[in-house]
Amino acid sequence: MILEVCNVTKKFGGVTAIKDTSFSVQAKEIYGLIGPNGAGKTTMFNIITGNYEPTEGDIKFHGQKINGIKPFKIVHRGIARTFQNIRLFNSMTVMDNVLIGFDYQATYTYFEAIFRLPRFFKEERRVRKRAIEIMEVLDIAQYADEQATSLSYGQQRKVEIARALAASPQLLLLDEPAAGMNPQETHELAELFFKIRDEFDITILLIEHDMKFVNKLCDRVMVLDYGKTIFEGDIKDAIKDEEVIKAYLGDFKHA
Amino acid sequence: MIEDKIFTNQRLINLAIIVTAIWFTWFAQNTFDEYTIRIINNVAIFIILAVSYNLINGITGQFSLEPNGFVAIGAYVTAILIVDADTMLYQYDIEDPSAWILAMQAEFAWALLFAGIISALVALSLSFPVFRVRGDYLAIVTLGFGFIIKILAINNPQITNGSLGINDIPEYSNLYWTGGIAIFTVLAILNIIYSKYGRAMKAVRDDEDAATAMGVNTFKIKTYAFTTSAFFEGVGGGLLASLLTSISPDLFTFFLTFQLLIIIVLGGLGSTTGAILGTIFVMAGLEYMRFLDEPMSFMGIETDGTPGMRMVVFSLILIFVMLFAREGLVGKKELKDFFKKKKADK
Repeated sequence: MILEVCNVTKKFGGVTAIKDTSFSVQAKEIYGLIGPNGAGKTTMFNIITGNYEPTEGDIKFHGQKINGIKPFKIVHRGIARTFQNIRLFNSMTVMDNVLIGFDYQATYTYFEAIFRLPRFFKEERRVRKRAIEIMEVLDIAQYADEQATSLSYGQQRKVEIARALAASPQLLLLDEPAAGMNPQETHELAELFFKIRDEFDITILLIEHDMKFVNKLCDRVMVLDYGKTIFEGDIKDAIKDEEVIKAYLGDFKHA
Repeated sequence: MIEDKIFTNQRLINLAIIVTAIWFTWFAQNTFDEYTIRIINNVAIFIILAVSYNLINGITGQFSLEPNGFVAIGAYVTAILIVDADTMLYQYDIEDPSAWILAMQAEFAWALLFAGIISALVALSLSFPVFRVRGDYLAIVTLGFGFIIKILAINNPQITNGSLGINDIPEYSNLYWTGGIAIFTVLAILNIIYSKYGRAMKAVRDDEDAATAMGVNTFKIKTYAFTTSAFFEGVGGGLLASLLTSISPDLFTFFLTFQLLIIIVLGGLGSTTGAILGTIFVMAGLEYMRFLDEPMSFMGIETDGTPGMRMVVFSLILIFVMLFAREGLVGKKELKDFFKKKKADK
């Protein structure tokens, strides 16, 4: 088990955003977190990445407890994420955006940077080469010197994914990666995720609304509704599950 | 391959600029009259201050209003170190100077370094409370720091000679010092900006939460920027003290910060090229416009001298620049971006 979420509860004042939720993700798996709006999916992401501390329960990564650790340190341990609404660094080029992911992996000191000592050049060259490799996998290498904001929506998504991959994660969290994309783009994105999983040897945990996309991509899913787990298991069974249908489409019997 | 070629071209251009700057320093010191040299000295010191202030305010995007505090610390530390004991005993009227103040003596170079280090240490300890807040709150907290330094300077006459200030500071500052240190400062800051630290600083400015989510220790990065900027502000303060030969708490009011803020906003917040251009524009421009304060005759109309007229004209120019170039003179662009653009046009 690469990630274990054990009996996590998160309360914001009187509101319980997540209630006693448990699930676990296996290595090299693509795991889906689905559920209607406001179900607590993004809250779950924020708990895993350390932005929120769970009110109760634990998050374990490779068997070690990670709740309470600062968000940037969790990235160093091997969990990287993308955001629901694209959050690139607007003033920077695509290359610089991706290089931010390498920030903690380029090992030269502040003084080595100021005085341009040999290790600065060696490390910069190394991370730049790695950045180009990642961009080539995602097919955005030709935009390296362009301003990140000048790209199309789909390309910006890819830059964000490249940036997250640059942080060398073992677990990649994707918050609605297919949002705002047409069916063709969504299809390509699914192929891309398979490619990413195989090339970078990582586990993917994603939030998504597009059931076709989830169906194609995910090995297993968990369905959240108002902070409660209503289903966990194989995607094939999820779409037949009565509770899941009720959560998504409403309860017709009482309507 | 292509990238390597661009790197070499870029390096040649950089080298050319550095050599020109060094040559200009030497040339100016030997050619111009005292008045012009003094203005250039002033410009050089303000380049140091503006470029380092730009690092925290423009590059890292932390709206802080602290530079007058660090300039004051640097100026006082340098003054105390380079003024000899007899001169101090003679000057300190309110209270006798403390024994340790008298005992501290150093060469000018060491005094400047020491001024920078003290400023940096104060900045380091200040960053722990200061970076708990963001945005407007940060501005208010750092604004307070400048006032505290001024009040400390007034109320500790055994160290600073209170509101009388320190006079008869040896005038070591000349263009070799100011110009040389300005060139070093600009290079050091550019080297920081074009490294992973500079990238992280820009990332913090653009989106702090996203930077954290990419594994950037944002507190550490902000502290690096703040401390570095304080170091150079301290050194600049030391140079200023030795150039003016007399300092008092009134010299380091919020107006100094305000002046630097105008310079970097006018030049283009976040651009080192902009900070340098802004300094030249503001500092040299204000001197050049001195004729506006004097009596004039224009097309037969005689006017009396109006002291302060140049500030009115200067403010008007400022307003027009901000109206038509909202991002400042060069925006976020650097010199090398202009070269790149020309290539693309061809």
